[in-house]
Amino acid sequence: MTRVGGGFLTIAHLTLHEALRRRILLAALIAGAAFLALYGLGLFALVKDLGGDPKTSLLERRIALNMVTLAGLYAANLLVVLMSVLLPVDTLSGEIGSGVMQTLAVRPIRRRDIVLGKWLGHWTVMAAYFALLFGGVLGLSAIVGRFTPPRIETGLPLVLLEGTVILTISIAGGTRLATVTNGMLAFGLFGLAFIANWMEQIGTALGNQAAQQIGTIVSLLMPSESLWQMAASQMQPAILRELGDSPFSPFSVASPAMIWWAAGYIVVVLAIGVRTFERRAL
Amino acid sequence: MPEFVIEAHGLRKQFGAKTAVEDLSLTVRRGEVFGFLGPNGAGKSTTIKMLLGLVAPTWGSASVLGAPIGDRAVRARLGFLPEHFRFQDWLTGRELLQFHARLLGRSSREWASRIEALLARVDLIDAANRPVRTYSKGMMQRVGLAQALLGDPEIVFLDEPTSGLDPLGRLLVRDVMHELRDRGTTVFLNSHLLGEVEATCTRVAFVKAGRTVHEMSLADEDGKVEVVIRVGVLTDDVRAAVAQWGRIVDGAAAATVGPDGAPPLERLRVVVDDEGRVPEIARAIVGRGIPLYEMKVARKSLEEWFLDVMGDEGRPG
Repeated sequence: MTRVGGGFLTIAHLTLHEALRRRILLAALIAGAAFLALYGLGLFALVKDLGGDPKTSLLERRIALNMVTLAGLYAANLLVVLMSVLLPVDTLSGEIGSGVMQTLAVRPIRRRDIVLGKWLGHWTVMAAYFALLFGGVLGLSAIVGRFTPPRIETGLPLVLLEGTVILTISIAGGTRLATVTNGMLAFGLFGLAFIANWMEQIGTALGNQAAQQIGTIVSLLMPSESLWQMAASQMQPAILRELGDSPFSPFSVASPAMIWWAAGYIVVVLAIGVRTFERRAL
Repeated sequence: MPEFVIEAHGLRKQFGAKTAVEDLSLTVRRGEVFGFLGPNGAGKSTTIKMLLGLVAPTWGSASVLGAPIGDRAVRARLGFLPEHFRFQDWLTGRELLQFHARLLGRSSREWASRIEALLARVDLIDAANRPVRTYSKGMMQRVGLAQALLGDPEIVFLDEPTSGLDPLGRLLVRDVMHELRDRGTTVFLNSHLLGEVEATCTRVAFVKAGRTVHEMSLADEDGKVEVVIRVGVLTDDVRAAVAQWGRIVDGAAAATVGPDGAPPLERLRVVVDDEGRVPEIARAIVGRGIPLYEMKVARKSLEEWFLDVMGDEGRPG
């Protein structure tokens, strides 16, 4: 008797191995390393400047370091977003198109396990990349600037949740769409959320309800940018947040319910992807 | 009562406005090497995919090894080599087989000796540690065959397994099919290469525009035989007499030069339902005083069957 099952982990394992030997990962690692080197150099110059100027107060120094660190984290966030879309964008559509999927799907594994296994494999790589970049930025800030932003323990999981949302869209889209269309959709949604979030910020600042509402609705359709704003607002001192004078000090931050919304969003999008894949002709 | 391992009733597959398979019914018995024949685009691949659960039929039903199509436990007992076989080509040949062993629920250690034996069978031991990406088309197809045979499947589905292969590659496929037949494994072969089917299959079904139009056993070809007759003179009277016993497929004045300068002989080809008609035809010719030089019973070739069943639409151009 042949045993049935275990397909999920087998697929996750294969996906992980495949991702690790892809050129795109190498490119992402080189980009990440270059970015961290640049960030380290810039930070070093800034800290030297701040330390040498006796007129700089402790508060000013703290605000400057927080701004720079958040800017670094924002750039790292963009790299993670790129990675979340591009790494898995062709994993399903590509294998369906080439016919590789046929030999896989006739094996005694559930189609659900193919989608979930690929999701887990890519998520693991994305999370490792996230840890590398965010660990790098925070590590450099801590070593070079002797500064660590507040509440990173709540901020960082929010950023990881954002990456997970985008990764899930990229994988679920591949069950139905061709690779390029799928990539466009994922980036399009990300861009939409980005614009909508700014509309919401400006709407709130100017008291324009319509702009604010449009922003809120789009944030529900695509929670990525809201999650970043929540994370950014967490990872700065209360005073800076209250002043609201930096791109990382939003006027309007989503309520904590957004976390649950995003978690549910991931589950639903993944479930739709699984269902589409289960029904599709291979 | 033979055991049917595949039974399909009225399968239909519609992709949007396009009908890939119209109304397809067929049965395959255990141990048969079943040839599924038809021109390109007749719905052969879609039929295999439906039987394997890769494509859901729009209508109709089918069972494979006694379970509805797509059943997960049954899929462990099937092997499949798709038409355009592509694999995770960054894996080595050995890794690919180990991966498929795990998909079958076995650890690669558990099946190590089985994997080595298969690699040896398809002559890939030397290339087993090279990425599949570096393989030639023939090697790719061999590793594909090994993959299809990995779980000692009860039914092996091969979709145009020799397309684009050199003669050696074709020979290997043919040998493997003979081995499978000897072992009692059922083979479902999609092909439009009639020679390949004739050499290996025990039974064939012809598919045309998504319908099975004819099923026959290659063991007895439904008893039909073709008779080639050479006579001194071919009169209308003779033709009419012969036509009583069978269907004349080629009976014109295809004159050939007779032996030793004798008058040219005329040739007649007749298809009769069974061999018992042959003496009747001989009697009719001789009874009319016509010199009979030769009567040869010929098996009808698969190619002739194919053209017969498909009609002229089956011919390209």
